[in-house]
Amino acid sequence: MVPHDSQAGAPGDARRSQRLAPAELFRAFAEMSIYGFGGVMPWARRMLVDRRRWVDDREFAELLSIGQMLPGPNICNIAVIVGYRYCGWRGSVAAATGLMLPPFFIVLALGALYHRFGALPSVQGALRGMMAVAAGLVLMTGVKLAQSQPRTKRGLVFGLLSLTAVGVLRLPLGWVMLALIPAALIVEWRARP
Amino acid sequence: MILLELAWRFALVSAMAFGGATAVIPEMHRFLVEQHHWIDDTTFAALFAISQASPGPNVLFVALFGWQVAGMAGAVVSTLAMCGPSSVLALAFEHYTGAHRDARWMTIIRRALAPVTIGLLMATGATLAQGADHSVATLALTIATVAVALRTSFNPLWLIAAGAVIGVLGYA
Repeated sequence: MVPHDSQAGAPGDARRSQRLAPAELFRAFAEMSIYGFGGVMPWARRMLVDRRRWVDDREFAELLSIGQMLPGPNICNIAVIVGYRYCGWRGSVAAATGLMLPPFFIVLALGALYHRFGALPSVQGALRGMMAVAAGLVLMTGVKLAQSQPRTKRGLVFGLLSLTAVGVLRLPLGWVMLALIPAALIVEWRARP
Repeated sequence: MILLELAWRFALVSAMAFGGATAVIPEMHRFLVEQHHWIDDTTFAALFAISQASPGPNVLFVALFGWQVAGMAGAVVSTLAMCGPSSVLALAFEHYTGAHRDARWMTIIRRALAPVTIGLLMATGATLAQGADHSVATLALTIATVAVALRTSFNPLWLIAAGAVIGVLGYA
């Protein structure tokens, strides 16, 4: 993957002339969202890169890295940015609404089922199993991400600091982030090759 | 006013959600469960598990948390508050840096944030396990999930389904 640099111009420049209707953006994001069992990101790639060809591989990689850099739900940020590129702020609203609205009702329907039938022993059993697995899946994501990182002392220190501060000491996240993020940025900047 | 409190808390969390919505679950747990006692520990983990069995973005567990606290209005307010501030930030980022983005700086920022994010994800896992694992069997299931998911590339949904089956059969 060629890293994007300041000389290469705005991502999607070649296609800037192409405009999309908000309805089209809404439909594409709603579709990938509904397919997205166990994570929307693979479907976002399939839809945006392979099927609609709104974004090429390089741009998608850039979108992913922006998603990792900005706060908030990654896929939601990608919807906002893609929508904006093709149809301004109305496109952003359409893409984000398409992404969120249909599964919003599905998840609430599941929640309603839980309230209606949650007292049944078999449902409680199923939920106990699902809860244990869901917790394991989050831990696994953390382990996998850690394995993909360069092994540096500063990485280990900042990882342990955030885990301890938030997971063990239960400090408010705002204070932890205000302290850790500037420190991590300074240390990383000074250590750059 | 519960809705205002929800909006304010989730909006703050949204702006701090480096590494995505899952990374800031400990903070949600802190104000929903520990501070306000709006949701108990086990329901918190159950709502998260239910959201993972649904299609759509991960962040939708926020809708279930809001719904548990204040019904439909709570779900709408929490979801909008969780996505709003970060979306405006993404929009501003795209608008102001779209034409001149420095890949070196983005790499530095991502490298610096990654360890913090990983620590938060582990804290999330611990928070959820605390609500989910009340027996040796469930604890073993959590550990087994980590082991299996690290070595295979099944869609997570299959593992959640497997957990449900194991639970129905009475092994969890």
